[in-house]
Amino acid sequence: MSNKKHITLTVNGEEQEFLAEPRELLIHTLRERLRKTGPHIGCETSHCGACTVTMNGKSVKSCTVFVAQADGAEITTIEGLGNPDSLHVLQEAFKEHHGLQCGFCTPGMITRASKLLEENPNPTEEEVRFGMAGNLCRCTGYQNIVKSILAAAAEMNSAKEAAQ
Amino acid sequence: MIPAAFEYYRPKDLEGALSVLEEHGDDARVLAGGHSLIPMMKLRMAEVPHLIDLQDVDGLSGISIEGNTIRIGAMTTQHDIINDVQLASAAPIMREASLQIADPQVRYMGTVGGNVANGDPGNDMPGLMQCLDATFTLVGPEGEREVAARDFYEAAYMTDREDDEILTAVSFEAPSGGYAYEKQKRKIGDYATAAAAVLLTKEGGTCTAASIAMTNLSDTPVHSDAAGAALVGTSLDDAAVKAAVDAMLGDIDPTQDNRGPIEFKRHAAAVILRRAIENAWARA
Repeated sequence: MSNKKHITLTVNGEEQEFLAEPRELLIHTLRERLRKTGPHIGCETSHCGACTVTMNGKSVKSCTVFVAQADGAEITTIEGLGNPDSLHVLQEAFKEHHGLQCGFCTPGMITRASKLLEENPNPTEEEVRFGMAGNLCRCTGYQNIVKSILAAAAEMNSAKEAAQ
Repeated sequence: MIPAAFEYYRPKDLEGALSVLEEHGDDARVLAGGHSLIPMMKLRMAEVPHLIDLQDVDGLSGISIEGNTIRIGAMTTQHDIINDVQLASAAPIMREASLQIADPQVRYMGTVGGNVANGDPGNDMPGLMQCLDATFTLVGPEGEREVAARDFYEAAYMTDREDDEILTAVSFEAPSGGYAYEKQKRKIGDYATAAAAVLLTKEGGTCTAASIAMTNLSDTPVHSDAAGAALVGTSLDDAAVKAAVDAMLGDIDPTQDNRGPIEFKRHAAAVILRRAIENAWARA
């Protein structure tokens, strides 16, 4: 059955147009079609959060979204947050506080954390843990991830204060 | 894991969605947040040749509170429920329960309509809706009808909804008194091993009304009239709470699965209900 649909997505500010079967999962679109390989495929069953991206202002697990559902959406992946020459504050904080070991979960962690801090710029440790509960890490035991996110929040808040 | 191919529809109004349902019968399903249906399609346990995405259908999401009546559109997400200040004040049990569903990413997508209409015994909203004595609004080719949450569930994934109907809203009276939603789960994102929704009214130290519903302890949610009745007229002394827990245990019918054997689930149900009753009473 070939029933390709015309899809338009805005990914990290760039408009993308292509034909795809509606059943294509957003994570495959991003990784294989658009070569945004930051979001990872971990469990593929909406548990691990490695495929987390921001879609229309929501943190979503892109393994559980059909590309047809995303038609017209604005999507941000880890590639849209920072790059090797200019790291995002969260990327810098993960590096500084050893918020990763193998790095597999990190793009999902940081993409989710960026949304969390946007909604709650000054979270408590408990709020960080609750807000990050949809992302699994098998290396760190989470302690340094939480520390990194809290450090990034403090950094962003002091940058905001300095700008005022 | 890629599901079988399907035709995709994104209608702008309810008529458009209903006409696809009417044409294709049980070969068509509506898609809300998709976090129950898409995993089932990926596992090929659900085959949906015609998928109707409700995201653009006007008027299906939003929370309205008029007087004492609360109406929540089917496409309202758990994230919306958690962040609605007025709802949190009018019916705090909705927020308490929603915070215990799945994880943050899933709650951005998961909807109240999908959660109640799917008929999965593991879902939290059906039991909560029975506790609140909510009413579901269903729209089909013949028009609109209402069904009590307590009459809606027939068996696992079997409900009173006809194949050509869409559940469009849930509504209930704002509860007064004490409330609690308690859930035992193996890990974040899991369904309940046992969960309890409790609403209690206290007048001068006596319990004058009680509503108790249990989740994932039978093939449907269990609203235990007997458990509520055991509390009414008492001061919630130990004997009354024990009688309520015993009455609840008489109404549930758990099965053994990867969350444990039957005896363990009965034990967890008793612990969770006792905890919910104590919390609700302290807040009453």
